Amino acid sequence: MTITANKASIKGGEFLIKDIDASQIFTPEDFTEEQQMIAQTCLDFLRTEVHPRLDEIDYAKNTDLMVELMDKAGELGLLGTAIPEEYGGFGMNFNTSMLVAEACGGGHSFSVALSAHTGIGTLPILYYGNEEQKAKYLPRLASGEWKAAYCLTEPDAGSDANSGKTKAVLSEDGKHYIINGQKMWITNGGFADLFIVFAKIDADKSLTAFIVEKDFGGITMNEEERKMGIKGSSTRQIFFNDCKVPVENQLYTREGGFKIAVNILNIGRIKLASAVVGASKGIIGKAVNYANERKQFGTSISNFGAIKHKIAEMNVKVFASESACYRAGQNIDDAIEDLLASGVESSQAKLKGVEQFAIECAMLKVHGSEILDFIVDEGVQIYGGMGFSAEAPMDRAYRDSRINRIFEGTNEINRLLSVGTVVKRAMKGEINLMPAAMEVGKEIMAIPDFSISDEEGIFVAEKKVIKNMKKAILMVAGAALQKFMMKFEQEQEIIMNLADMMIELYVAESTLLRVEKLITVRGEAACALQKDAALIYLHSAVEKTNNAGKSAITSFAEGDELRVMLMGLKRFTKIEPMNLKDARRRIAEVSIEKNSYAF
Amino acid sequence: MKILVCVTSVPDTTAKISFTDGDTKFNKAGVTYITGPYDDYALSRAVELKEQHGGTVTVLNVGEADAEPVIRKCLAIGADDAIRVNCEATDSYFVATQIANIAAQEKYDLILMGRESIDFNSGVVHGLVAELLGIPSLSPVMKLDIEGSTAKITREIEGGKENLEASLPLVLGCQEPIAEWKIPNMRGIMTARTKPLKVIEPVGEGLTSTDKYELPAPKGACKMILAENAEELITLLKTEAKVL
Repeated sequence: MTITANKASIKGGEFLIKDIDASQIFTPEDFTEEQQMIAQTCLDFLRTEVHPRLDEIDYAKNTDLMVELMDKAGELGLLGTAIPEEYGGFGMNFNTSMLVAEACGGGHSFSVALSAHTGIGTLPILYYGNEEQKAKYLPRLASGEWKAAYCLTEPDAGSDANSGKTKAVLSEDGKHYIINGQKMWITNGGFADLFIVFAKIDADKSLTAFIVEKDFGGITMNEEERKMGIKGSSTRQIFFNDCKVPVENQLYTREGGFKIAVNILNIGRIKLASAVVGASKGIIGKAVNYANERKQFGTSISNFGAIKHKIAEMNVKVFASESACYRAGQNIDDAIEDLLASGVESSQAKLKGVEQFAIECAMLKVHGSEILDFIVDEGVQIYGGMGFSAEAPMDRAYRDSRINRIFEGTNEINRLLSVGTVVKRAMKGEINLMPAAMEVGKEIMAIPDFSISDEEGIFVAEKKVIKNMKKAILMVAGAALQKFMMKFEQEQEIIMNLADMMIELYVAESTLLRVEKLITVRGEAACALQKDAALIYLHSAVEKTNNAGKSAITSFAEGDELRVMLMGLKRFTKIEPMNLKDARRRIAEVSIEKNSYAF
Repeated sequence: MKILVCVTSVPDTTAKISFTDGDTKFNKAGVTYITGPYDDYALSRAVELKEQHGGTVTVLNVGEADAEPVIRKCLAIGADDAIRVNCEATDSYFVATQIANIAAQEKYDLILMGRESIDFNSGVVHGLVAELLGIPSLSPVMKLDIEGSTAKITREIEGGKENLEASLPLVLGCQEPIAEWKIPNMRGIMTARTKPLKVIEPVGEGLTSTDKYELPAPKGACKMILAENAEELITLLKTEAKVL
């Protein structure tokens, strides 16, 4: 075997214990001209085809318009970006498909239809299909000739997906599986030509996936669901009544369905994170434009500090989320390349690459969807009375945002998953968490280190803050694990706190590293605004880490242990105060001047 | 059919305009560049005509290296190859000279461009190119079909439209709705990098240089005057606005 340079020097979850060099991370500024052109095509498509028809899409009596738009997206090649060229796609790498997800993210219901088709609809076949299945279905899905839907959820099986009751029984002649059952919340259900259906064969304990064509028969559905948001996205309840599926349409192995579901959701999560970044940028643009146009007390409301604060916060949060998304996206690409170089088959390499960063995928999904909810909320507030009017765009933005915290695994499930996976990997020795936690345990018992670092460079003090945030997490996680041992996973409240700490650390660190990399390329003077953003984010991340840490520690520690840990937390969440108001104003002013997202 | 499409790389329509070097140079910092919108329509029609009749579409830009992303986008939309004349586009005559120099060697059936660029908006390059080549030019062309060696054209004229026919070769200044505006597709984007982009040096030198740019004065406050006080309006136009 040839020896190749190991590009993936960092493993998933290792951000908790390792310092990362800024030169190692990918930033959105690193995208090539070609990648930017791809993104621009997506944005132009939304601008010309989707945005003028948002009302029509939401209040359509049937799915014709959505199908028409999906067809047009297919003609442009937007449905095949992640599919290899031999199956009619364009074989773009993971981070490019993240960028496509971002650029397509601002299309409300259309974005949901598109991402359901290209993600959960197509990827199970791409990653788990055999050669015949891939050759038969992928070209049709890449072109948009066929649209896909994913049928996992059932009335009594949501977050607990493996408890589904849909059954598959082999026919007497052994040629078909007969599927019976009921599926719920099926995105694209109303117009899909192909369904990825999860069912249990005979008395199996675990799910098996099937590729079901609409024309196999035995498929009926309820009327379109009436929903709070994404009203134009087709959402159906689907019934399978003796649906005859040829045995060759079993996807992957018997009882391999849950693995498919989990791994496809990993990809869906991180792509959702970049999609909401795209949606957020669009909403910031609208909100800033309104703040510039709306005059009260004789001046644009964007001239008021209270509004500037909002505009700045919106910008900073998106800048931060974006930094984290593409850092993780590149980590996944690097991991895939390493696996390919070591001889792993392409689909397997892609799956394993993403699985390696399952923790980051889950964290980013939580962060992104909560950022978007923050942004639409502030968007409504900036619009004031008009924000509450269904005539203005914030109404749709506000309603459509909410689902992101629910689908692709609720944010609670994703928080549990991110911490749970860290713990699992620590137990297996894949992440060297426990020795690091014990080091921190010793450190909090010792006299604090008051020495002043004479290190020079960019963000020396801030990097120490990041290091300390890691220590805070290790301290809390280590103590909680020791305390609860095997019962740790029942302490969901503490797990939520830890997840919040991890998310804030990852995003703050990503933002800081992005700006550091930018400064080394462009010089400090050209990056003043980005520096402001990184520092503003870091300050809020430290505060959230402190709050979540306190909440966790007080949930289980008592007496001396409690006091020592609270002291430790205080020490680990110390940051030099700065004038954040002025920093926010600087960012707001650029956003106001540009009449859009500031960066 | 051999078609040449001349494209400009211009600041995005929402760009903030400012100047540097004592107001003698346009400040490019932070400005996004796009294909001149009228040129974009010309290119789209050229690609459609190529699809109908076969042939080639060459894109030509007179400009500096920073125009190349715009040129590559034109290749992604469907042009076969591109030429960039490596110089600053100082004035219309200079630009027309460069275009005519290339066109004289290559014998294009059609030379299309926008009716005007949207940065300096002179709207004379098509006429100058035609004059230099000794062939007819028409502008603004809203509809263009080719039958054999004849072009069937609809042109916008004051208060209406004119339908006419003309023999190729022709130089045309184009505007919407000559073609449907095109978004480059994924395949086009990915093949753009393999298409040739030739860089050549200009002939001759620009005849003009810019002494100073000035921005229009900011819009003043608006005064509302009731219709029954028309006399007051006249007074104000005389005393305040000093336009009467």
